[in-house]
Amino acid sequence: MINQQSSNRFFFNVDWITILIYVALCGIGFVNIYASIYNPEESTVFNFSTNYGKQLIFIITGLILGLSILLLDAKFFSIFSPIIYGITMLLLIVVLVVGRNVGGNQAWIPIGSFRLQPSELAKFGTALLLARYISSFNPKLNTLKPVLIAALIIVIPMCLIMLQPDAGSMLVFLSFMFPLYREGLPGYLLVIFWGMVLLFILNLFLAPWVLISSILAIGGLFIYFNKKKQQRMIMIGVITFAAIGYLFIAKVIFENVLQPHQRTRIELILGLKTDPKGAGYNVNQSKIAIGSGQLTGRGFLEGTQTKYGYVPEQSTDFIFSTIGEEWGFTGCFVVIALYLFLLLRVINLAERQRSSFSRVYGYCVACIIFFHVFINIGMTIGIIPVIGIPLPFISYGGSSLWSFTVLLFIFLKLDSNRMGFI
Amino acid sequence: MDNLFNRKYTIQGLFIVIGLILLGTLFYIQVATDKYFISAESNVLRKIYTFPARGVIFDRNEKPLAQNEAVYDLMVIPNQVKKFDTAALCRIIDIDMDRFKRNFNKATAQSRYQPSIFERQLSIQVYATLSEQLSRFPGFFVQSRTIRHYPDSVAAHFLGYIKEVSPLDIQNSEGYYRSGDYIGKSGVEKSYETLLRGERGVVNMLYDARNVPKGSYAEGRFDTAAVSGDRLISSLDLKLQKLGEELMRNKVGSIVAIEPASGEILAFVSSPSYDPNLMVGRNQGNNYMELLKNPNRVFNIRPIQGYYSPGSSFKPLDALLGLQEGVIDPNTTFNCPGYFKVGGHTVKCEHVDGNIALRRGLARSCNTYACYVFQQLITQRKYPNQRVAYDAWQKKVKKFGLGEKLGIDLPSERNGRLYDASYYSGKYSKYWNYGTVISLAIGQGEMDATPLQMANIMAIIANRGYYIKPHLVKAIGKNRVIKKEYVKKNYVDVEARHFEPVIDGMQDAVNAPWGTAIQSRIDGILMCGKTGTVQNPRGKNHSVFIGFAPRDNPKIAIAVIVENAGYGSTYAAPIASYIAEQYLRGQLPKNKLAQVEWMKKQVILPEPPKSKVKPKTKDKDSVTTVSPPPTQVTPNNTTTSTPIPPLK
Repeated sequence: MINQQSSNRFFFNVDWITILIYVALCGIGFVNIYASIYNPEESTVFNFSTNYGKQLIFIITGLILGLSILLLDAKFFSIFSPIIYGITMLLLIVVLVVGRNVGGNQAWIPIGSFRLQPSELAKFGTALLLARYISSFNPKLNTLKPVLIAALIIVIPMCLIMLQPDAGSMLVFLSFMFPLYREGLPGYLLVIFWGMVLLFILNLFLAPWVLISSILAIGGLFIYFNKKKQQRMIMIGVITFAAIGYLFIAKVIFENVLQPHQRTRIELILGLKTDPKGAGYNVNQSKIAIGSGQLTGRGFLEGTQTKYGYVPEQSTDFIFSTIGEEWGFTGCFVVIALYLFLLLRVINLAERQRSSFSRVYGYCVACIIFFHVFINIGMTIGIIPVIGIPLPFISYGGSSLWSFTVLLFIFLKLDSNRMGFI
Repeated sequence: MDNLFNRKYTIQGLFIVIGLILLGTLFYIQVATDKYFISAESNVLRKIYTFPARGVIFDRNEKPLAQNEAVYDLMVIPNQVKKFDTAALCRIIDIDMDRFKRNFNKATAQSRYQPSIFERQLSIQVYATLSEQLSRFPGFFVQSRTIRHYPDSVAAHFLGYIKEVSPLDIQNSEGYYRSGDYIGKSGVEKSYETLLRGERGVVNMLYDARNVPKGSYAEGRFDTAAVSGDRLISSLDLKLQKLGEELMRNKVGSIVAIEPASGEILAFVSSPSYDPNLMVGRNQGNNYMELLKNPNRVFNIRPIQGYYSPGSSFKPLDALLGLQEGVIDPNTTFNCPGYFKVGGHTVKCEHVDGNIALRRGLARSCNTYACYVFQQLITQRKYPNQRVAYDAWQKKVKKFGLGEKLGIDLPSERNGRLYDASYYSGKYSKYWNYGTVISLAIGQGEMDATPLQMANIMAIIANRGYYIKPHLVKAIGKNRVIKKEYVKKNYVDVEARHFEPVIDGMQDAVNAPWGTAIQSRIDGILMCGKTGTVQNPRGKNHSVFIGFAPRDNPKIAIAVIVENAGYGSTYAAPIASYIAEQYLRGQLPKNKLAQVEWMKKQVILPEPPKSKVKPKTKDKDSVTTVSPPPTQVTPNNTTTSTPIPPLK
């Protein structure tokens, strides 16, 4: 009786809707990878030497992996999170030594015919440890020490990834800010951080004297309206001068720290440079592909941009251009709607967790996926610089698919066990 | 924890906002603008054009006058060019390094990714050598097309020529023509351009990102094959045309021969002429400039552009209008004392004919007779005054196709010249009468006609009262269409019965012992005609003959003008008789061949325009010898105030 109930509970408790969306996204991925690589001369679906054949293996093995995670004990992840984190950090160091250099990034460890990308694994490693830290110590995130500890957990993998150097994967770790915000990180820290990002961008756009004088003007305005409150006046003054100082630092970072190709990409996005045949080629062709899909798309295997190789890296980072070209706005809408539904669902699931470990982890999952989706789609339609990160569940690649699968299914496992204590 | 729970909505709200931003941007680039769709098309689609062969032009017996010959354009796609032996390529296609650079830069300027013409119209020999070695020159390929070839080198003015389209042509065609196309620039090639040019074929090819062809677009659903232009069957008779051009060699003037019943032009000779093959191929430009140097203006299409006073050839019209109006009958006689005097004007007559009636008046080309008839016509009582009478007369003359374009199917036809009363009223105020314009009676004064108009008058007389617009193309395409306007009969409003007396006179002119062109009589063929010796203000008189043959059921109407050749009977009439006989008999009798050869060899070119420096060298010669007489001036041409021609 009890056994039956527990087995029933296992199936009822797992959120099948999320799994359904997951399968749908993987399926969309396979179809579009097939279209991206489609060659009329050899068109067999089950040719495992091709990338779509491989992707099929990745999907199947990913599903097996996910289901086997569901069979594990939920406590396992909480208990072993420091070890998992440690292993992934170790892998990030290993890759710097034995990694294969592909396209300027030393991000891959070759294992047989597959290549392992440790930065993908580091995401759920970090998410687990962050969840463990918050659930175990229940820290007050509006005080300095816990914030620094949480930041340390995030910054270590970021630094290691930056050594590869893989700016795209590194930036994804910024998404951990949102779970921390949910757990009590003061909102103004986020505002300051994104304000700095905004200033960084404006700094490239506008002449320094325009920017400095407008900061001074805004600061002056705020002081004028708060002239009765001395404390605030001082704070505003400090912020104003900090902002100006930051401008100079940002300039130095932009010119000395960023790679030349990253600089060019940022400049292209901001319209400071036009070069449709050079560094802007990818984005331009990707936009042409997506734009040519119009409302209903050109149809499966009918996209000329896709078929004739106008969009580089189309099955991986630019897979969304295939969706846009062959399925049109309708297809794009469906994909984005699926993602949104998945994200909102995961957040809702996270909020119904009893344990803060599960909740924090759930937020991490949603925010990581969100970051990937936003940056990836944003870059294919040219509103964000080209940052080479995959589109979750859809882009070609074993490491990425597996790590997203593991990421998601760990949460599903935690969720199925929400009534228990971890 | 409650206040932190609300942060869930902040985060979810952020997801939704970002999602909407993405969807909004997608909506813009996918649905709101088709800019990217067009870019995608231009990325992959290349239109490859194939050129149609121009329509072949035949003579009336379907012998080709203009055919097509294959040539080869060397094309280049600049971005596919890799390092190669430029000197070798230059050697093969016979150009120098400067030209190579110029061509290459021009092609690059047009497009780096699309083919453009590098060197045009290579001969088949060059092509043969080149094609063996083409693999040495990456980025270059050969495209074949056809150019004109004229097997008999005749009828240049009729055929005209084709040329590569100018930017203006492209603009005017509203996108039909593309750079590199050919277009008819004169002659039939121009007037029938839309039929002759055919339709370009197009193949829509897909290219991948590496510019490798990936096959045809949409299984070739939008591809078309090149369609050759329609063939034209011209009305010209190749043999006749050839004979005419040979007879007119080294002379200036024209021959127009018309089949009266159909209005089809049998011969269309404009001299000096040129070999139409000179206006084809890579040397077209140079040859054109060379031909332009000829002082006798090779490119004038004299049959439709040359202005000549019709002279005596106008006299049949006087008689016809007189008879139709009833102011004379065939037996009305006038007295010719050797001149006709009205007011201050005197029109001289070559001979004193005494009492003279219509038949003899025409045969002897009596000026006095013509002036009397004109006087009778303009002074008719039924008109309130002579100016109104003149307008009525002018309208009737115009019916014969004078003073207006006949509407031949060639571009650049000219009107001729025949003024209405208001012109003279403007010139002389009210004070003018028939005497003021009496020169018109004998086809002189302010009246000009093209050779075509003169020949057409003969066709009207041959038809006894109507003409069909003269035309050069009798059938278009496989279905042998003929334009409607070229079958319609245009009546001149003179009854058929009035023609016989006039034709009697014209018959006598050629066949009676007192006729002016008796030397040109053809045994066994009754040719009717009139000679004319047309006063030329710029030099020696023009020799003119107009006529038709045979008298009954006429088959050919003809006008011959030989500029500066003096009497009509010496050059124009014999040439006309050879043409008529050749056409009617299919060949010339053996006993005439010698005459014909003699005629072909005659050189009658106007003196080159007088230059101020030139006489000096001649003077030196003339000092030693007895000074030769100055260039012969026609003694007849001595009239003073009134333009009175020496008419026969």
